[in-house]
Amino acid sequence: MTAETTDVAEVGANTRKAGQYVYIAAVVLLCAWVIVPLYFLLINTLSSPEAVNSYPKPFIPEFDLGSLTFFANFAGILTALKNSILVAALTMVMSIAIGAPAGYALSRFEFRGKELFRLLILLTRAFPLPLLALPLAVMFIRVGIDDTIFGLALVHTTLAIPFAVLITFSLFSGIPIELEEAAWTLGCNRLTAFQKVILPLVLPGITASAIFAFVISWNEVFAAAVLTIENRTLTAFLLQNLDTSPLHLKFAGGFILVVPALIFIFAVRKYLFAMWGIANR
Amino acid sequence: MAVIEIKNVAKRFGDYQALHDINLTIDDQEFMVLLGASGCGKSTLLRIICGLETASEGEVWIGGKRVDHLPPKDRGISMVFQNYAVFPHLTVFENIGFGLRMQKLPNDQVKRRVERTAGLMHIDQLLKRYSGELSGGQRQRVAVARALAMEPDVILMDEPLSNLDALLRMEMRAELKGVLAESNTTAIYVTHDQVEAMSMADRISVMHEGKIVQAASPIEVYRDPAAEFVAGFIGNPPMNFLPATPAGAAGQWSVAGQTLHGPNAGKDLKFAIRPEDLTLADQGFQARAKVVEPLGAHLLVTCEVEGHQFRAILDSETQVRMGDTLTLAPQDGRGRWFDPATTLAVS
Repeated sequence: MTAETTDVAEVGANTRKAGQYVYIAAVVLLCAWVIVPLYFLLINTLSSPEAVNSYPKPFIPEFDLGSLTFFANFAGILTALKNSILVAALTMVMSIAIGAPAGYALSRFEFRGKELFRLLILLTRAFPLPLLALPLAVMFIRVGIDDTIFGLALVHTTLAIPFAVLITFSLFSGIPIELEEAAWTLGCNRLTAFQKVILPLVLPGITASAIFAFVISWNEVFAAAVLTIENRTLTAFLLQNLDTSPLHLKFAGGFILVVPALIFIFAVRKYLFAMWGIANR
Repeated sequence: MAVIEIKNVAKRFGDYQALHDINLTIDDQEFMVLLGASGCGKSTLLRIICGLETASEGEVWIGGKRVDHLPPKDRGISMVFQNYAVFPHLTVFENIGFGLRMQKLPNDQVKRRVERTAGLMHIDQLLKRYSGELSGGQRQRVAVARALAMEPDVILMDEPLSNLDALLRMEMRAELKGVLAESNTTAIYVTHDQVEAMSMADRISVMHEGKIVQAASPIEVYRDPAAEFVAGFIGNPPMNFLPATPAGAAGQWSVAGQTLHGPNAGKDLKFAIRPEDLTLADQGFQARAKVVEPLGAHLLVTCEVEGHQFRAILDSETQVRMGDTLTLAPQDGRGRWFDPATTLAVS
């Protein structure tokens, strides 16, 4: 009897231990999945062309800035960078201007079809962009906004809005309605209560959501490549030119694209969790 | 400094009727407590007076002016919320001064009034802090100070002390009562805590299922409950009930083997008596003790009288053990009678 109980206890302990190993292995694997490619990107960007093409690779970068310097002097890259920033900034403004009121309404008002509406917002992300890109291009040409920064920003805004709505929805929901009600009893109407109480409280989160919209636009390449010719954004520009470039320049180009996005996402990571209702609870 | 009149107010949420035809007049400078269990409609009524909720029917008048179509800011009221609702992005000073700033008062006046009300609530040393740096009790003080600084005609409070711990609640209760009495405002105070209601109110409105069952002074609500619900709700423990049948002569009732003098009525009634109005005697109800709880100041005995639960509060030095049979006599003039059909008091 006693022998049996100790056996059972041992088996239990072993299972728990095994589970722990599986858990740790999964975490390591997931981290490697993200970090290893980034690390290679970093090494190859900071290596001389010879080192990039050699084998085996060194694990410590040589801090050769040749590839990056080449890019800085590459014709057209500054215009592309300017276009990218303009499109992303416009996307940022439009997606917040449209998404934040929707998020507020979702969090504060009861209306029919609210749950369905939330689902539909997410479903817009289920539409593959390549499917839309050609009809959009045709339509843009007819309307006359093809190959413009505004036209591309419109498409990017469509991509960013679901996130803007969901993040702001969770931000507004995190602010007790009593704060607003208290403001109303203290002499505010809906608008002034929003200005004086809600806005200061959600501003950090709104900023984060805006940065996220910026990153979505910054990273987007398909629509940018299809809808622009002269006014290419950095992604579309690099996609077009890197195809025919030597390997070390491809790495450097990739690096230039990835780093700002990474930094931005890192800055707003807390709010991305909030979007799914995990943080701040 | 205003009379509040609530006329035929009803509220429906879809099919659910939260309030039925409420009529209530609250006098100038009166301290009115709305008392009831959760879901009885007391908070809804307060929110209708405040303007955070609109009534489905009826009118609300404050200071001789009809206000039910006005937004909260134009009603001359201010409100203290259950979870304080202190603005986290503002200092205590700016919280208390928030309403005054909205009225565009000059800086020196704002400063004077904020400092005065902060002094009243004993938070003058906290003016530079943010709400995150305050304890629950301090936040509550800020919320009250913010409401008082508006110098409103009417101050509305929605369970303001229910988030505080017991000792602090008792302290704040007395303090709040004093501050409000001095401020000359009419106050409506919502609570589910009957001790709070009894100790603070000029008048208590006991609410049940969307109706006001009784609106009277605390002592009247306690001594002469207008309905069985009030008798079974107020008091800790509440009144005991025993069925009463007519015993021949008019005004004579047979209650658990005893003949008692009561009202004239041609049908069965219920007899009600408070646990503390029972005494050990030679003649009375035969009660078998089931649970004996010594509470220090007195002894609470839960008994059974002819199958009905029956509680008595006795002197703490009484020797009673489980299973003992006690003879409990009701004190003269303390018994009350209710009609089981209407549940209303009969006298």
